[in-house]
Amino acid sequence: MNRLQDVLKNARAENRAVLIGYLPAGYPSVEGSIDAMRAMVEGGCDIIEVGLPYSDPAMDGPVIQAAADQALAHGVSTPDVIRAAGAVADTGAAALIMSYWNPIEHYGVDRFAAELAAVGGSGVITPDLIPEEAGPWIAATDAHDLGRVFLVAPSSSAERIALTAEACTGFVYAGAVMGVTGAREQVGHAAQELVARTKEATGQAVCVGLGVSTGEQAAEIAGYADGVIVGSAFVRRLLDNRDPRKGVDAVRELAAELADGVRRGSKAR
Amino acid sequence: MSEQTDPRAEIISAYAATAAMPDDTGHFPTDDTLFGGRFMPEALMAVLKEVTEAYETSKTDPAFHREFADLLLHYANRPSLLTEARNLSRRAGARILLKREDLNHTGSHKINNVLGQALLAKRMGKTRVIAETGAGQHGVATATAAALLGLDCVVYMGAEDTKRQALNVARMRMLGAEVVPVAIGSQTLKDAINEALRDWVASADTTYYLLGTAAGPHPFPAMVRDFARVIGVEARRQTLEATGALPDAVCACIGGGSNAIGVFHAFLPDESVRLYGFEAGGSGLATGLHASSITGGSVGVLHGTRTFLLQDEYGQTKESHSISAGLDYPAVGPEHAYLHATGRAIYEPVDDREAMDAFRVLCQTEGIIPAIESAHAIAGALRIAPRLAEELGREPVIVVNLSGRGDKDMHTAAGYFGFEGGDL
Repeated sequence: MNRLQDVLKNARAENRAVLIGYLPAGYPSVEGSIDAMRAMVEGGCDIIEVGLPYSDPAMDGPVIQAAADQALAHGVSTPDVIRAAGAVADTGAAALIMSYWNPIEHYGVDRFAAELAAVGGSGVITPDLIPEEAGPWIAATDAHDLGRVFLVAPSSSAERIALTAEACTGFVYAGAVMGVTGAREQVGHAAQELVARTKEATGQAVCVGLGVSTGEQAAEIAGYADGVIVGSAFVRRLLDNRDPRKGVDAVRELAAELADGVRRGSKAR
Repeated sequence: MSEQTDPRAEIISAYAATAAMPDDTGHFPTDDTLFGGRFMPEALMAVLKEVTEAYETSKTDPAFHREFADLLLHYANRPSLLTEARNLSRRAGARILLKREDLNHTGSHKINNVLGQALLAKRMGKTRVIAETGAGQHGVATATAAALLGLDCVVYMGAEDTKRQALNVARMRMLGAEVVPVAIGSQTLKDAINEALRDWVASADTTYYLLGTAAGPHPFPAMVRDFARVIGVEARRQTLEATGALPDAVCACIGGGSNAIGVFHAFLPDESVRLYGFEAGGSGLATGLHASSITGGSVGVLHGTRTFLLQDEYGQTKESHSISAGLDYPAVGPEHAYLHATGRAIYEPVDDREAMDAFRVLCQTEGIIPAIESAHAIAGALRIAPRLAEELGREPVIVVNLSGRGDKDMHTAAGYFGFEGGDL
């Protein structure tokens, strides 16, 4: 059985939400990003989203753009990203790749899925792919037993939420706010409403992302969602610390703060 | 008689015509590739559905038809002329007819699509429009329509392009638009599109994304084509009137491809008419510094659609290069990808030098200063003329879509030809 499902099931048995952390592979270097992802696991992340840096990240805010740009400038490649996912999987955490669609399609959907599965990766999040365009991808991820995560949004109709949740294996990614990635002071009611609407349509886990940066926000979301996804706040820690070791420490501290928040929030359910 | 004399009829029939492609799912399918589609985040699906419904309703709505046609007739200056380029024809060994989109209000074909989409935005209850622009022609047209129709307007433009096209930046600001220079990535058109998408995903409640070319997610490739389709409908009628027959070839430049699909589409059923799209060859295909997505790229997904694009072995978009800001885009509209794959249209690169030679030739033989974008189509026509003459055994008739005028390019041209320093 896929490790992603194990992780979600175990957390459910403990009656708590999971913590999912995102970092782009290749920033500040491939090895540096792997060190930071390991630190996220040590700090308490259950699942790691390994970002595949892309030249046209139209759904990312300035923080993730900056890190991805530098990773690409240093020559990070798709095999590097898959290798990073393998290194995360070696820690025992569930490793997902988060990628815009074209790099996967151009690499070859079956090749991508096969190579990720071979290094122990658990799944892929595809933020600009909707199920209607995903025929070959659904076949490839099924064939290699990979989790397949699509997104729902506050603007999604009930019909689209149902269709999207149906196509997911693992969890459904609820994009909490209408906007690009980046830390926000308030995640707001839209997230809670979206989770409730998604849960009406599916028995799958629903995890909330976009905008979370503090333990307090994580606690709030863990009160109603199955998972809390944090991206830009981790990337920010690396961007702000020129010394890679300090960056890794800052990432570990943030993961611990968030993990604590998730546990606190889960108890208040 | 009254029906025949209604000058709106041609514009309305051009827009309202139904097309076989794209299919119901927004794809242009060939045997092995589904071009087109909708590769966008779920967050934009609701507004894309809203746009699709507004577009489909407008296709059969007489009130919309009248409003659109009146604007094109009395504001945009349609129909545009078809000018016989006698001096250029002698030089080319072909009878060359220029479709004068440069004479439209705002100076290019962009106004056709912009007026149509701005009307749709109003009907959808949006109060703000955003747009990307490369050369600035689409931005100027959007700023113009926004001023006319009372919409707030923000135009995203690559920082590199704001330098190349400073005149158009000033025009947009004069028209009341906010111009946002985009200083990330390659700082050109593709990055301006990324930034406009980032705006839209957070603002779709109030905001309409007025995309400037026949690319992007469904329904934009079909909708932009339909608003530009009048170009080809007029050119076809005007050529028949002028020559008594259909042309042998129709030529257009290709960036995203809106002027080209606009002039091609009415000719698609006319099998004898060869359709030529000329991509920006930049410094030459062999140098890797070009914007020839079809002839120098491969199939992939960019900005919401599956098409030909410039990408590296890992699907990262490669930067495009062209002397023409309006063609400096690393992909192409999906219908061109489809027309290439099916063989109905022929695509060739024209490099910077050939385009600038043609630019000067048109200026000095016909007294018409074209946009550097359009000069690529002139260069292409000069290239294919002898080929066609040999193939046909007679002087060929070639329609060239002169998609825009070149005032905005004077700085670039003066630099290129060494006219700087008061020697102009």
